[in-house]
Amino acid sequence: MSNIPENVRYTETHEWVRKEGDKYIIGLTDHAQHEMGEIVMAELPEVGAEATKGDSMGGLEAVKTAEDFYSPLDGEVAEINEELEANPSLINEDPFAAGWLFAVKTSDDSQFDALLTPEEYKTHIGE
Amino acid sequence: MEKTIFRYSSPGRIGVALPVLDVPETAIPENYMRKEPIGLPQVTEGQTMRHFVRLSSMNFNIEQGLYPLGSCTMKYNPRLHEFLARIEGLSSVHPLSGDSAVQGTLELMHKLGESLCEITGFDAVTLQPAAGAQGEFAGLMLIKKWQEDRGQTHRNEVLMPDSAHGTNPATSTLAGLKVISVKSNEHGRVDVEDLRSKAGENTCAFMLTNPNTLGIFESNIEEITKIVHDAGALNYMDGANMNALLGIARPGDMGFDVCHLNLHKTFSTPHGGGGPGAGPVCCKEILRPFLPASSVEKTEDGYSMRDRTGKSLGRLLAFHGNVGVLYRAYAYIRTLGPSGLREVSEVALINANYMKARLKPYFDVPNDDGPCMHEFVASGAAMAKKGVKTLDIAKRLLDYGFHAPTIYFPLIVKEALMIEPTETESLESLDAFIDAMISIAGEVDEKPHLVNDAPVNTPVLRLDEVKAVKDLCLVEPIE
Amino acid sequence: MSRFVPNGKVQQEQMLDVIGAKGFDDLLSPIPDSVLLKGQLDLPAPASELELTSEFKELAAKNCASELVCFRGAGAYDHFVPTAIDNIITRSEFFTAYTPYQAEVSQGTLQAIFEYQTMIARLTGCDAANACMYDGASAVAEAALMAIRATRKKRVLIAGALNPRTIDVIHTYLDNADFEINEVPFGADGLIDLDAASKLAEGGVAALVLQYPNFFGSIEDVQAAAEFIHDQKGLLIVAADPIALGVIEAPGKLGADIVVGEGQPMGVAMSYGGPYVGFMATNAKYIRKMPGRIVGRTEDRAGNPGYVLTLQTREQHIKRAKATSNICSNQALMALANVVYLSLTGEAGFTDVAKQCWHKSHYLHSRLLEINGVTAVFDTPFCREFVVNLPVSAEKAVAAMEEKGFLAGLPIPGLGEGAMMLTATEKRTRDEIDRFVAALEQHIKGAV
Repeated sequence: MSNIPENVRYTETHEWVRKEGDKYIIGLTDHAQHEMGEIVMAELPEVGAEATKGDSMGGLEAVKTAEDFYSPLDGEVAEINEELEANPSLINEDPFAAGWLFAVKTSDDSQFDALLTPEEYKTHIGE
Repeated sequence: MEKTIFRYSSPGRIGVALPVLDVPETAIPENYMRKEPIGLPQVTEGQTMRHFVRLSSMNFNIEQGLYPLGSCTMKYNPRLHEFLARIEGLSSVHPLSGDSAVQGTLELMHKLGESLCEITGFDAVTLQPAAGAQGEFAGLMLIKKWQEDRGQTHRNEVLMPDSAHGTNPATSTLAGLKVISVKSNEHGRVDVEDLRSKAGENTCAFMLTNPNTLGIFESNIEEITKIVHDAGALNYMDGANMNALLGIARPGDMGFDVCHLNLHKTFSTPHGGGGPGAGPVCCKEILRPFLPASSVEKTEDGYSMRDRTGKSLGRLLAFHGNVGVLYRAYAYIRTLGPSGLREVSEVALINANYMKARLKPYFDVPNDDGPCMHEFVASGAAMAKKGVKTLDIAKRLLDYGFHAPTIYFPLIVKEALMIEPTETESLESLDAFIDAMISIAGEVDEKPHLVNDAPVNTPVLRLDEVKAVKDLCLVEPIE
Repeated sequence: MSRFVPNGKVQQEQMLDVIGAKGFDDLLSPIPDSVLLKGQLDLPAPASELELTSEFKELAAKNCASELVCFRGAGAYDHFVPTAIDNIITRSEFFTAYTPYQAEVSQGTLQAIFEYQTMIARLTGCDAANACMYDGASAVAEAALMAIRATRKKRVLIAGALNPRTIDVIHTYLDNADFEINEVPFGADGLIDLDAASKLAEGGVAALVLQYPNFFGSIEDVQAAAEFIHDQKGLLIVAADPIALGVIEAPGKLGADIVVGEGQPMGVAMSYGGPYVGFMATNAKYIRKMPGRIVGRTEDRAGNPGYVLTLQTREQHIKRAKATSNICSNQALMALANVVYLSLTGEAGFTDVAKQCWHKSHYLHSRLLEINGVTAVFDTPFCREFVVNLPVSAEKAVAAMEEKGFLAGLPIPGLGEGAMMLTATEKRTRDEIDRFVAALEQHIKGAV
């Protein structure tokens, strides 16, 4: 069974989202990192880039798989996790904290409220 | 393990002797000269032979045993054809020789082209593409140019099933076209209604492998190609699986407009550990004006190598294609003739269906609703739930002395094992492989560690692919 | 029953029984009757080994090109191929193996490619190389696409003195998407005009493509070109003749970011243009942008060294529409021929081949200039190929030389009716060169 923390929201494309001050922190779920296997490269967006809900913001690569990740919100990229360049396996080791991917600033908080609840995400991945 | 060739190096050793320079020297200007040694090894011919022969002994190959790599058609490569392609008069000719000096090669290329058109049911051919993927590129470009020529420049979408080879979408991108994925139905065939809903005014082409990558013939092929034609687009056949159809059915008769062939698969030219192959493209008359530059024409004075211009899609390679591979494919077609080619496909079908029938009690075969063609796809999903993945089964087969099937492809089958025995395997060798598979299925239940720890009878144990990416080492460091 | 199909009627019946089919036709049930081929393919009847051998020998006899003494290059060269190469590359273990997908039973191919990558990287002066491309021209096109990916710019400058066939291939690969190609003219010296390039570079470019030595054989200033394009934040792509790199400085050491080229001169038969092999090398920064297969060294479960295909997420079977290229099958066996060639010749032998090509081409050049009316087209230093202007039609001279047993140089109509580009490899003897020059002189005297 995957770890599905209660204090964050989810997307169907396996991102988690947490509100922190005036930003939303975004990462990959435990379920998805487990499916991918050891992540060896993370290609992140540039700070200041436009984020559009549902658009690809970058890619993650394991040895035999490559997956894009998507923005769950409209807004602007406020911060990226620079640690991942040297140590992408943080995504595997600590997906909900040290392995976060990027942060978005948005003016529309209603999009966050519309994301999947932990219960809904659990159903989505069939657990 | 064999050390690298650089470790045999010692100053002064050499593996060739050139004639002594017999012309006066011309000084090489200092400012252009290479400043440091290259770092090539210094070894004798004997040391070189021993090194590479030792390396060769660590390779599995088709002359050693069954190589059921699905979609790759690993059949026996006749020895004669190697000899023929190396005949001095054929192999040592400069690519920019005048036509009169290469009539033999041109005649052979022309006859090969005609034979391939007959086999596929098409009217025109290019022999230039170096491999299947380059053939796909040429084929898609033919269609794109045709669309542009009739003013349909806005058509920028290629439809293809979700079971397509990875080269199909990659080629579409190279051709500047967008990929639209069409669903497969519960039998693994194209979902005709989904295709109908997606084919439209932006469709440039539809790409399909037939038999498809599950080894299943697309029974609705005439309806499929008609939907595409009605939408104003053309049909491209990925000919990777042509080994199922020789003398049985022809893409040109199914409504396809263009197809590529993999000579290194169907026509038995050796694969060389990754290449060279050759990917000739055959097409309908309407596409002829758009074919690539190099074209062999028959004229009143013999044969001629012409550069197509005008509407041609252009040049794919510097010269005329992998001609040495074309020699071998021509020899294969001449050796077998029409009856022999049909026999190839008949026995390829029988061998694959026999294997499927015997393995089905032990391995799931999804989408199985009748005879398969030259290959079939089994699934290791049930075994994966027990902790033994398809990758482990593949590695265990190496311990049993077989090459593994293609694994994890097509993507629409979980834990896929794609098995293609080919026609050159005897019943005895098929049975030996089947027995190994059944034995492994038993090990999964009783001694799973044997499978998880495999391989153990190989030159090296299972290799760490994660380390290879994380601690990248692509060249031997200079000492 | 052909000699390659072991399951005859006896086995087939037994197998159809296990399948549960009444006859072979049952297996064709998924194919609609309307598309089944009625009757046989219209092809000649099967030929036996003896018959086919005769047929091929007759075809070979029609190829008088193999008898001609060759002074033509322009992308394919008549070099000496040591006998041992064919012995190695025709071993079943190498030539009947597929792509090394199962690394544990493919260590031979994988290690050989690792050694190939090492030698190509050293020869070009780069950090790494891939496991090869189709040929030199398609390698240049792929390098241009790679530079576009790396810089996210859509325009590429190419030197006018590139092999025109290479220019054609670059267009074939790049014109489909919204990429732009600008040709930089060459000056009166035959070398790239960097002032013209500088004007064309305005607005930003992904790369400059330079041939080294260039199509006419002249040696370009790679360092100046590198400084120029790096100022423009673009990459320098150098298409190099590998044999020349035995004497002239490695492009990687002069600032090139991607070095590509045609591997045919390193132990591969001319074979009317293929199979050849393109090489591609680059610096550490751009390795992940490279197309094609790459082999890496790793360890097995016991900690022993071993080799695998690596960085596979760049490739079509994983990234599909977003892959760095659509290439799958490459020219691995020809890359093996390259690595065996570079091992056999080694440091001293390879350098000797390069020097002999230099000296023999220069000897040929000076002898040709002794003929009344023959002039040099460019007066810049060349390596092993050069253009001269004949006082007669170059096309007609080629035809006349063919009758005397020579494949003369390639006519270059763009430089004049008499312009001919020639080369002399290490295979040409002084006697052959002298006889060729004498024959050409005689032709010129007769024609003028």
